[in-house]
Amino acid sequence: MSVVGEKLQPTIFERSRPGRGGGKIPHPPKHALDRIPAAARRATPPALPEVNEPEVVRHYVNLSQLNYAIDTGFYPLGSCTMKFNPKLNEWAARLPGFASLHPLAPDEIAQGTLQLLWELEGILAEVSGMRAVTLQPAAGAQGELCGILMIRAYHRSRGDTERDEVLVPDSSHGTNPATATMAGFRTITIPSAADGGVDVDAFRAALGPRTAAVMITNPSTLGLFERRIGELLDAVHAAGALAYMDGANLNAILGRFKPGEAGFDVMHFNVHKTFSTPHGGGGPGAGPVGVGERLLPFLPAPRVLRQDDGSFRLERPGERPTSIGRLRSFVGNTGVLVRAYAYLRAHGGSGLRQVSDDAVLAANYLKSRVSAAYQIPYDRPCKHEFVASAAAIKKRTGVRTLDIAKRLIDYGYHPPTIYFPLIVEEGMLIEPTETESVETLDAFADALIAIAAEADSDPDVVRDAPHTAPVRRLDEAMAARQPNLRWRGMTGAETPCPD
Amino acid sequence: MPYGPHTADDRERMLAALGIDSVDELFADIPAPLRASRLDLPEPEPELELAARLEGLAARNRTDLASFLGAGVYRHWTPAAVDQLLLRGEWYTAYTPYQPEISQGTLQSIYEYESLIAELMDLDVVSASHYDGAAATAEAALMTCRATRRQRVLVSRAVHPHYSQTTQAYFGGGLEVEEIPVVADGPEAGTTDLAALERLLADSDRPVAGVVAGQPNFYGLLEPMAEIGRVAHAAGALFVAVVEPVSLAVLAPPGAYGADIAAGEGQPLGIAPQYGGPYLGLLASTDALVRQIPGRLVGMTTDLDGKRAFVMTMRAREQDIRRDKAASNICTNQALLALAASIYVSTLGPHGLRDVATLGAARAAELEAALAAVGVGRLHPGPYLNEFAIRVPRARNVHRRLLDRGVLAGLALADVEPDDAALQDALLVCATEVTTTAEIERFAAALDDILSGRPPIGTEAGAGTDDPRARERAARSTTPTGAPR
Repeated sequence: MSVVGEKLQPTIFERSRPGRGGGKIPHPPKHALDRIPAAARRATPPALPEVNEPEVVRHYVNLSQLNYAIDTGFYPLGSCTMKFNPKLNEWAARLPGFASLHPLAPDEIAQGTLQLLWELEGILAEVSGMRAVTLQPAAGAQGELCGILMIRAYHRSRGDTERDEVLVPDSSHGTNPATATMAGFRTITIPSAADGGVDVDAFRAALGPRTAAVMITNPSTLGLFERRIGELLDAVHAAGALAYMDGANLNAILGRFKPGEAGFDVMHFNVHKTFSTPHGGGGPGAGPVGVGERLLPFLPAPRVLRQDDGSFRLERPGERPTSIGRLRSFVGNTGVLVRAYAYLRAHGGSGLRQVSDDAVLAANYLKSRVSAAYQIPYDRPCKHEFVASAAAIKKRTGVRTLDIAKRLIDYGYHPPTIYFPLIVEEGMLIEPTETESVETLDAFADALIAIAAEADSDPDVVRDAPHTAPVRRLDEAMAARQPNLRWRGMTGAETPCPD
Repeated sequence: MPYGPHTADDRERMLAALGIDSVDELFADIPAPLRASRLDLPEPEPELELAARLEGLAARNRTDLASFLGAGVYRHWTPAAVDQLLLRGEWYTAYTPYQPEISQGTLQSIYEYESLIAELMDLDVVSASHYDGAAATAEAALMTCRATRRQRVLVSRAVHPHYSQTTQAYFGGGLEVEEIPVVADGPEAGTTDLAALERLLADSDRPVAGVVAGQPNFYGLLEPMAEIGRVAHAAGALFVAVVEPVSLAVLAPPGAYGADIAAGEGQPLGIAPQYGGPYLGLLASTDALVRQIPGRLVGMTTDLDGKRAFVMTMRAREQDIRRDKAASNICTNQALLALAASIYVSTLGPHGLRDVATLGAARAAELEAALAAVGVGRLHPGPYLNEFAIRVPRARNVHRRLLDRGVLAGLALADVEPDDAALQDALLVCATEVTTTAEIERFAAALDDILSGRPPIGTEAGAGTDDPRARERAARSTTPTGAPR
């Protein structure tokens, strides 16, 4: 069984009965809204559900049990680093001193949080080898936008306005080209070399006076360290461009490789990957960005500053005119950053290096076990993740990677990332992380091997999977063709309630 | 390693299976000149000591003040059920629901979120979700450019300055943002200047994609939203309303006054202030713009057996599919905060939410009266819901001195808009349902003391006598000075 809940739930709207609920907020004086002009007031009340607290609680508890989660099982989800989310961190973020602090609170009453943020910037700068770090971006993708906008500002500050291209390898995350577009650049996609690495010669050929930046994920989205990264960085800088590192795969290289030392100009961190802050079913995250010397003046505002007397303050509006400005309100996803800080302090320098050592060891071990039944297209030591391919199985049996992924659900696992990166046929990207035991890794490998055998012996059982989840595969075509994106009306529903 | 499972034996076993002696061999592909210097960080900290460190840091923040600070982030009562439910591991440790068969909980919760916010907004499509109100506003502005194929957006000066600054940064790629001024004086002072808007829209060489205005606006004032929308539409522009969600229980929703897109900060819906986030960017639109809306959408469908179920849909707008042609680069969103908002709204229900908004308005009126009684009036005359600016000479100085008396007197507007001369002597204050009469009295009394030059109780006499307000008041005999001492 993959999730606890067996039964789908009615919507919260279907649970509504007029007259239920209440008891939370004192009733206001009768005429409190009389001073609001009628034209500005709501004429028809919103049709929100009326549900009493016990029903609300059951609704959300029962819904939660339809979810797979780290707290219930293993996510071998490549490029996502689904490691354990420490419970202390949840406790810490909820301490009233942190949780109740208003983001516009004057600096003198926010010293605890400002100190934490300032220390966290320093820790991340040390981990990345960068000169300075901004904690403002709300997620990795916003960190990318922040980085690319700083690069744009850098070139402009030098009167270099002709650079309108960003080079990315074809194995990159989709956010890289999407970010380049948002920042007003054209994306040039460079095919990978045969060994899965960046094709340095192809990059060299594409670099020129119009190149603003290259965006590289290292280790790559194939889980491979870019061995020729030094040459590539030299070529980038020789062309007058800057180098962005997508830090999604930082979990592989803590204490082993510092992008800033190697010559990258800017990188983002995904704290919800590397530093264990919870994914929350799709967020929140936080995407701090580290920069080298060249981009320092352009960091978003406000920065956290330490004053001579040891106290901390935020930069004031307009204090640093070279800044690219702000990418969101206030200082950042501080609640997420408190969790990341706790994680980093719990590990210290030695612990962080052990994190990467164990993550890489686990990935290589799992790769060697999985290779018994799957092709490993790039067979050299991987970093924290690796790509396996079911191309041979598909050719032999017609069973696709998608089917194998869905069959894993019946075995009690979340499927790996599939069909990414796009350059591997029938690929699955598998990342075990450092917090899974050898027993878990072995059991997962056994499951993958068993499914490969099923593909030969009983392909339909794989093709029709999952069999034990609360629902079978979904009609995604109908969802897109006739979108039903909201409940309309609390009665007369077109689709019957499952109860 | 605090959370790792591997014993020395486990590691040996894995190394042996790989036929290597040391994990270093797995890092041999990092060229020697590029290998990292030693990580110069503190030693690992055991949980007991780390907990004490974190408690110590949290205790250095002061959250015990009587707070009248809003300016985009509001204190509210959050029913206890909200956080208890959020702490279920099945919610907060789940991944993005790319595998719908084992993510129906998250998917249905997002569909319900879309539905609840659509009801509040009176719009059709709700994206689930964006980082915060500022990013949602910037994305809304970008939507208007994509939908109209125009490149110029007008943002009211009375939209939260962080939102317009964020829009500026997001428009760094070549699109243009221009500010619509606010009316300087008279009954509409502090609201969007309609005549100026019409002039800006009249420039036919530079057609406008979208017009952005807030309701209530940053100064707490109610804007003529229907008129702004009408003027925008007459020029072929789309209309973006920036709204505060709790207010929508009592104020006209964006759909009712013709907004094409609504954006806003979802923090008031059960999310703690936590010094800036994580919050919840609300973004909604009409059906006509569904292909332009960025971010996650969940729809209802059926499984192979015809069972009702939910799935992420219209994914062809998203970055992992469309790459450089995507509607936005957004990937991670704020799913857990969207869940918090849904639980909050469901627990309060329509009547509870209305009570929250109405009681906030009542407390704010009480605050206005208490401040007026000590001679402090509003900066703008127009109607407001639960937040307004007051005129206080040397506002920043007074604000700081009120801290010593246990009062966080809102926001000195000069702190966020240092260049606006009209705002130098102004504090932006708010009240919500959690504001008490005792807090209001404390604020008014402390302000009165400072403006009259009286020292705080228990301090040296004369500590606050440099204030000109007392002199000014003495000189103007018509000023009400009869407040009870």
